Amino acid sequence: MGAELGKYKSCVSARTTDKEILKFSQDGGIVTSLFGFALDTGIIDGAIVAANKEFYEKNPSKCILDNSNFEMIEPWRPIPAVVNTKAELLAAAGTKYNISPNVALLKEATRAFGLDKIGIVGTPCQMQAVRKAQLYPIGFRDVGASIALAVGIFCMENFPYQGILQLVEDHAAMKLDAVKKMEIGKGKFWVYGKRGQVVSLPLKVTHKYEQPGCHVCLDYVANLGDISTGSVGSPDGWSTVFVRSKIGDSVWAKAMAAGVFETQPIEKVKPGLELVTKLANEKITKNKKTLEGRATFGVGKALRNPYI
Amino acid sequence: MADKITVGYTHLSGCTGCTVALADNYGGLLTLLDKYVDLKYMPTLADARHIQKVDVSFVEGSVCINDKLAVEEIKETREKSAVVVALGGCACYGNITRFGRGGQQNQPQHEAYLPIGDLIKVDVYIPGCAPTPQMIRNVAVMAYLLLKGTKEQKDLATKFLTPLMKATETTSACFCDLMVKVINQSLCMGCGSCAAACPVNAITMEYGKPQGERDLCIKCGACYNQCPRAWYSFDVVDNYEAINEAIMAALQ
Repeated sequence: MGAELGKYKSCVSARTTDKEILKFSQDGGIVTSLFGFALDTGIIDGAIVAANKEFYEKNPSKCILDNSNFEMIEPWRPIPAVVNTKAELLAAAGTKYNISPNVALLKEATRAFGLDKIGIVGTPCQMQAVRKAQLYPIGFRDVGASIALAVGIFCMENFPYQGILQLVEDHAAMKLDAVKKMEIGKGKFWVYGKRGQVVSLPLKVTHKYEQPGCHVCLDYVANLGDISTGSVGSPDGWSTVFVRSKIGDSVWAKAMAAGVFETQPIEKVKPGLELVTKLANEKITKNKKTLEGRATFGVGKALRNPYI
Repeated sequence: MADKITVGYTHLSGCTGCTVALADNYGGLLTLLDKYVDLKYMPTLADARHIQKVDVSFVEGSVCINDKLAVEEIKETREKSAVVVALGGCACYGNITRFGRGGQQNQPQHEAYLPIGDLIKVDVYIPGCAPTPQMIRNVAVMAYLLLKGTKEQKDLATKFLTPLMKATETTSACFCDLMVKVINQSLCMGCGSCAAACPVNAITMEYGKPQGERDLCIKCGACYNQCPRAWYSFDVVDNYEAINEAIMAALQ
């Protein structure tokens, strides 16, 4: 077990046994099913997820918005929201390849939303933010102990909304309104249209639109989630799952006992952990180089290094 | 008990919110006082008020430099304490007292307020307005381990406290820190920690980046210090589970 995959207690390839969730999910429906199970069994009483405009229209009280005019919210722009039911979870399922500041809702979830046991899903950097908020709760009064299940998702990098807009509308020549699903896999950025059309872009095209802040990130597989998951390493329609913390271990065992997931040993599936390890190392090596480059960025002047 | 550390609490120009936050540890505060801390002086929670020689002193509030007594007290606090902790936004950064301009009865000449780091050397910051009970608790346990723990515990406490020691290099704070030290440095990844941490809801997330309503900002420094891209220690945060457990065990 190398450091690039973080600490974990177990790793499997998994898929939800709920056929309805599979219709909406990005891959194996892990996040949606886990939160659904945790809501049903009282492990959490609400979860912070990335919803969208349609969700907001139906559930305006469950989101916090920024200062934008609500009418101006674009398709495929994520809106952090608190969900309490399976139907709400399904409405928010699937990956949106741009930034959803889920941690912004973490305190309010315990206040206006009244949650005592919060579920939160997020990228590796957001899991880092959650754990920093628990250890150094400078502005998170009475929040840390209420985080009941933090699910991390694998992440190579994220895009600003305008980056996705340019990729889909300029490069893939599709209206964002007409897009059913986006996906990164097999070395390509895939855009699936609602009419059945599929466009793929080489990843090379996407690089310039990446969020620059992602280029100092040294975590690929959400080392700090209680459970972390992503498609890489597992066959199509399945997800790779790392069970990391004591909380994660306990929740995963209960979910397995309740038949929420079917699993295969990660050693038995293709491409398996070998690919996860390879991509994790690629990300970490590349971004360590970025950090080194920042140290000698100017003439005798460095850019700031956030890591102590 | 012989292995308790001695602690004092100096109260300058602060609103007592930091004191209340400390007290809001409820049973945890009693455990701290039972097992780890001998509280030598504190204006609100103890009978003794005069500054004495202690291992650690917490200072709430900024220093009014037009108030001779306040200036004497902060200097005396420094002279008599091995470790000085600036507790809360005012002691660390001036916070809301930065907006002071005098003219208030019955001491209209009290116009200028400075964070304590502008007058004395400070060892550790606990930012936040108010600082949270859990942050005070975590730092208190770690400070105890640093002074009285085993070698392993001292190492852990040093790592935990290092960012809060380094924070003392700066004595002013503002939402602008997020712009200048995070966004302008191309480090922001849009997690939203700052927006959640802001005590006056001055920050919203616009297209995944913080937008500050700068007229609302009280200059407490919570947003910047909460930001994982302001400072972040893998040594500490990667071991969050063990550290959380150790802190909870210490307070049993």
